[in-house]
Amino acid sequence: MSQAGPVQPRVAFPPNWTSRIVTVAICAYVVYAAQIVDFTWARFLTGLDQGRRFVARMFPPDFSADKLDLLYGGLVESMQIAILATVFGTLISLPLGIAAARNLAPAPIAWAARGAIALFRTLHPIVIAILFVKAVGFGALAGTLALTVASVGFVSKLVAEAVEEMSMAQVEAVRATGASFASVIVMGVFPQVMPRFIGFTAYELDSNLRNSALVGIVGGGGIGAPLFTAFQRFDYDFVLTIVLAIIAIVMVGEVVSGWMRRLFQ
Amino acid sequence: MTDSGLLPSGPAGQRLRQWQRFTPLQRVARAGFYVGVLIAIIWAMRTIQIIPEFLYDAPQQTADLFVRMWPIDWSWYPKTVHAALIETLHTATLGTILAVLLASPVALMVARNVTRSVVLNNVGRLILVATRSVHSLMWALFFVAVFGPGALAGVLAIAVHSIGFTGKFLSEAIEEAKPGPLEALVATGAPPAAVLIKGIWPQVKPAFLAIAMFRWDINVRESAVLGLVGGGGLGMALDTALSNLYWDQAGLVLVVILAVVIVTEIVTAWARSRII
Repeated sequence: MSQAGPVQPRVAFPPNWTSRIVTVAICAYVVYAAQIVDFTWARFLTGLDQGRRFVARMFPPDFSADKLDLLYGGLVESMQIAILATVFGTLISLPLGIAAARNLAPAPIAWAARGAIALFRTLHPIVIAILFVKAVGFGALAGTLALTVASVGFVSKLVAEAVEEMSMAQVEAVRATGASFASVIVMGVFPQVMPRFIGFTAYELDSNLRNSALVGIVGGGGIGAPLFTAFQRFDYDFVLTIVLAIIAIVMVGEVVSGWMRRLFQ
Repeated sequence: MTDSGLLPSGPAGQRLRQWQRFTPLQRVARAGFYVGVLIAIIWAMRTIQIIPEFLYDAPQQTADLFVRMWPIDWSWYPKTVHAALIETLHTATLGTILAVLLASPVALMVARNVTRSVVLNNVGRLILVATRSVHSLMWALFFVAVFGPGALAGVLAIAVHSIGFTGKFLSEAIEEAKPGPLEALVATGAPPAAVLIKGIWPQVKPAFLAIAMFRWDINVRESAVLGLVGGGGLGMALDTALSNLYWDQAGLVLVVILAVVIVTEIVTAWARSRII
């Protein structure tokens, strides 16, 4: 028993033309760009065939003694790089992050620090590693320095944000007692940002473990060099061994950083 | 005599009770953690292999690096670097679109309010972790071996590596969707596809766009270096310049990478403020 009357029937879901046009545009772009990168069905099928052969050659993974020695040496070096880069990177990030926080540092210092952080963040760790390999030669030192710079870029930005978000009440309370700037930082700022700082450090340890496997590709030491060489020599069974080892290390690192976070929450 | 704060109540306990920030277990764990960190640092410092002969001339080498880079060889830009830049942008964009397409079903599988099976949830989560743990450069090495060097390998490396990140945030966005509209649709007898398109999609659309944009920003950075292992784009130009020891050309590529990353960041920041 409807109330009758010339009521316009309401369309439940009116067509959204903007979203349709955007969808069509994206599809058109995909077709165009696929052509640019030369992605054809024939190539895909060849690739699948190639991929099957690749995977077949990976098994069984190569666990022979000389390869394991190589693997062990590379992994140990990767871990050293990751640990040192995390320690130095986060230690530099703390003062730099505070210098970049606009609620504590005077504007010129804050902007200078922000510029430095932006520069460190912009370049990929691999690119930084290339420059350090030229500067200090092949080896673990170049990788450590590169990942340290990358960590500084990432962590100090987060520290600056954490400091800007903290409560100024405690800082003012410490200041009101006539405390020096250093005391204000230690008693007013550190207790507030420490839990988050530990979290960033844990995250950075994770990410440095992953990246330390890469810097070797450009000569920065660690497991990356044996990995790259194995790829170039078509030693795909050793590639699988290395990749499995890297995944294992990254997972162990994730567990450790999880503990770290829970311990300091 | 303990001061743990776990004393029995009563006059004696009251007198001895002292406020402690952490339980004894926490304190032991923290102390142990600090010792562990210290041991790890000392171990790493003492055993890491540093070749001192290389360090003596580090200042000269650094100076030499900048001297050789300057003046930057701008004439190389139209010849090679411009095409490489365009290829890098295509790699990042196409890789991101493909990543979103691949990650969406996995995200639906992981979201507990859509897939009500713990087994499927965990299978999806495993896919996300596995794709993310292997770095995009390693995926690029793999895809170069499979499809040959070029931008295609780069696109696939970017796409597969991004599944983990995109899928994780997407599944979180889906899990945060309000159940009300979904229940209303189910009550009208709508099929699952309709619930998905008219119930979930409108709710996750802003988050979806923001995630894709954020990932695109990261992917531009990553696709700029994939060429070092044969993935095409700016990295390829950098690799050519470095192996020819043309540091002035390498300097040009570095400047272009820096510029494109900064422009990308500005574009995504602007788009984010408009969409969200």
